[in-house]
Amino acid sequence: MGEKILEVKHLKTYFHTDAGLSRAVNDVSFSVEKGKTLGIVGESGCGKSITSLSIMGLVEIPPGEIAGGEIIFEGEDLLKKSEDEMNKIRGKKIAMIFQEPMTSLNPVFTIGQQITEALMLHETLTKKQARERGIEMLKMVKIPLAEKRFDEYPHQLSGGMRQRVMIAMALCCNPDLLICDEPTTALDVTIQAQILELINELKEKTGTSVMMITHDLGVIAEVADDVMVMYAGKVVEHATGDQIFEKPMHPYTEGLMHCIPKLDDDDTQRLSVIEGMVPSFDDMPAGCAFCPRCPEARQICRERMPELAEAQGRMVRCFKYTQEWEESGE
Amino acid sequence: MSKKVFGFFNKQKEYEKEVLENGTAARYSGFYADSFKRLKKNKMAMFCAIVLILIILVAIFAPLLAPYDPTYQDYSAVLASPSLAHPFGTDEYGRDILSRIIYGSRVSISIGIVAQVVASLVGVTLGAVAGYYGGVVDSIISRIMEIFQAFPDLIFAMAIMTFMGKGVLNLFIALRLLTWVRTARMIRGSVMQLKEKEYIEASRANGASTFWIITKGLIPNCLSTIIVMVTLGIPNAIMYEASLSFLGIGIQPPTPSWGNMISAAQTFISYRPVYSIMPGIAIMITVIAFNIFGDGLRDALDPKLKS
Amino acid sequence: MLSYTAKRLLQTVIVLFGISLITFILLQVVPGDPVALMLEKRADPETIAKVRHELGLDLPLATQYLNFIKGAVHLDFGTSYFTKEVVSDALFRCFKVTVKLACMAFVFAAAIGIPSGIFSAVKRGKGVDTFVMILSIIGVSAPAFWVAIILQIIFGLKLAVLPISGFDSIASYILPSVALGARYAGNMARITRTSMLEVLGQDYIRTAKAKGVKKWGVIMKHGLKNALIPIVTLVGTDFGYMLTGSMLIEKVFSIPGIGKLAVDAMSNRDLPLLEGTVMYIAFIFVIVNLIVDLSYAFLDPRIRYGKGEA
Repeated sequence: MGEKILEVKHLKTYFHTDAGLSRAVNDVSFSVEKGKTLGIVGESGCGKSITSLSIMGLVEIPPGEIAGGEIIFEGEDLLKKSEDEMNKIRGKKIAMIFQEPMTSLNPVFTIGQQITEALMLHETLTKKQARERGIEMLKMVKIPLAEKRFDEYPHQLSGGMRQRVMIAMALCCNPDLLICDEPTTALDVTIQAQILELINELKEKTGTSVMMITHDLGVIAEVADDVMVMYAGKVVEHATGDQIFEKPMHPYTEGLMHCIPKLDDDDTQRLSVIEGMVPSFDDMPAGCAFCPRCPEARQICRERMPELAEAQGRMVRCFKYTQEWEESGE
Repeated sequence: MSKKVFGFFNKQKEYEKEVLENGTAARYSGFYADSFKRLKKNKMAMFCAIVLILIILVAIFAPLLAPYDPTYQDYSAVLASPSLAHPFGTDEYGRDILSRIIYGSRVSISIGIVAQVVASLVGVTLGAVAGYYGGVVDSIISRIMEIFQAFPDLIFAMAIMTFMGKGVLNLFIALRLLTWVRTARMIRGSVMQLKEKEYIEASRANGASTFWIITKGLIPNCLSTIIVMVTLGIPNAIMYEASLSFLGIGIQPPTPSWGNMISAAQTFISYRPVYSIMPGIAIMITVIAFNIFGDGLRDALDPKLKS
Repeated sequence: MLSYTAKRLLQTVIVLFGISLITFILLQVVPGDPVALMLEKRADPETIAKVRHELGLDLPLATQYLNFIKGAVHLDFGTSYFTKEVVSDALFRCFKVTVKLACMAFVFAAAIGIPSGIFSAVKRGKGVDTFVMILSIIGVSAPAFWVAIILQIIFGLKLAVLPISGFDSIASYILPSVALGARYAGNMARITRTSMLEVLGQDYIRTAKAKGVKKWGVIMKHGLKNALIPIVTLVGTDFGYMLTGSMLIEKVFSIPGIGKLAVDAMSNRDLPLLEGTVMYIAFIFVIVNLIVDLSYAFLDPRIRYGKGEA
């Protein structure tokens, strides 16, 4: 095990809504190793974005509430930091890239103004130095005509270019941890590959640790060392990338795996889908949250929630790999 | 992009902008029943609706409610201070201020409602014609609307009142000339969107007459837009009436109007401030009630426009 | 941007032309002969005819209109029938007073309305928000002339700290400016709040927070600059209204501004003065709107660089 840069322990992020209490992140623990990439996978609404916003301290309170847990970053608990201290960490030590490059850049400021903003905030630079660094960053993320682009406005750039700008912006202060929240979802497939390649390349170059949040296991295959699968606010499987792709153990992971189109397959079998939807918080089943959609569910699954337990060298939350499964045999 | 602004209030302007940008909500059967349910949930709007009903009842039953004849002059009680006999005191001719305010509601409410409804009829017709025919007709009507919008409203109303002479009828005309443009613009926009819809195409293909298409196909679909425009337009018209009467070119004394009462009271502000305060409060309550109710109506009728 | 400006300018010229035509037509339908009114009952028909000739009122309507346009272009509207003052001089004299009043009212409205709108949006749903919104709806719904009178009663008479009429000292402008600005302060608070709330929910606000920008930095820099775009449109048009619609306030405080000039010209049927005032006010109003539209384009780079404008 390498050195841990981030360790999240029993994180609970709840939202108080008109319809009741939503446990968006319900007792989630994981860690990110230095220089490694952790992939977090799940459908929308499973709590992966809220997890990342909790780390950044960007959950709106209220209606949100961090109900418990610890977020240990470089040995200190981020949840105990003041707003001012967090502002010194955000953008400097932990940076984040968002899903929507089209709307995540401020339309009334130039690319340059937005890149240098973080630089000027976190480092003592003159305007000229900041400009040089900014242009350097644009070149690093392979934006052609960087000097010209620097003075342009977001609407003059394509979606892929804007995501590159977002990456440049995130990396300009050499953060120790980069959180990517669905960085390629809104982009064309060819651009997606380029962006992922760029993130990988920059990770090698700068030694930044990465948390890659996505619903697409294809993306995980490209970048992740470790994979954590989330469902309805809980971790259901946590394993290395190799393990997951070799053999998914949780039925949900398996289902997600079947959703990836395989080009090398000869058979004309249809792409399968997981039936049903992520249950909403006010409609949570009594037992395992996934059991209404699970093809293998048994009576026991409907009765209580399985624990996240070690099985075959990884962590899985499923009765299939427990003693009880054999006993319950149907 | 030219967001020309016309009139006193922004509520109407905001609504206008929203509809022009997003179009009106699609209609379905039971739509008005659903809207009414939504409206009933809005407590502020319902409270204002009750206030409005009360004001309208006061206007209708003024002769029963007013303790005195509004024009009866009692020279033994000139500029009397508030008392049991005269709750708001009396004016410079010894007329009871409360009674004059009660009768004044007749002027404000009737002028506000009638001027706005008539202006809307003109606006709806011209807007629908411009939107439906497009081309040269649309260009001409649109240019006229632009010119009308470019006139500062109060000056325009004053000019008309001066040229045509004072009087209730002329006041109606002036207010109508001021307020039709806004409705026309809205309806034009809505009709232009609607006429591309399949069901209009279908009735055209079936040989329906233009009159039939406009009156049966298009206007009912703009109805909620029209209702909201009228509701938010009434306080506007009330305010114009009060302003013009205050300037002495609207309703003429001895007929009481809230505007001309304030105008007369101005001379006596140091001696009898309550005289000028009360009619203003009457205007304010009426206008606030119409505005909040109009807002609620808009939210109820166009749920998708609510953020 | 250039073609947009050109288009907008052309539109303005057409509108101004239309206004001149309407003004002219309105003046033709004035009941009663202005000359007879001017010379009162003493005049015999011969004198009236003579004066009509001198004033060019016996010419065909089309010629009269052409003369009117020619004069208007040179800011020459002739001399007042009554005071014999050159109309453009009178306009300029009164306009100076009104501009001062409108500017002060504008500063008041913006200084109160915009910050309270921002505050209200940031504290959405809290007590401050409710308080600001109640105040603003009162501000918007109270007739300006009545607010003026209330201010006179409170500050001029009861507290006796400010003059209730006149226009010589800065102090005498305070009450009129507040009365004129109150409604617009309410408007601005409402619009600023709506606009800010919309902007604060945008993705780029989250980006700015993720960069480590402080809360008020995010609000004032990233939020306000975007929210300002619709606010400027409204605020600018409001300024147009303050410049041209101050007659009610001018009447309450006996301020000899452009509004009072217009009211006087109307009650006297003083044709040249009336033509001049109406044209002048309409002109100012149209120009302010033009400037607002152009500054709108300036604030929003998407329009400045030719995108998003059909």
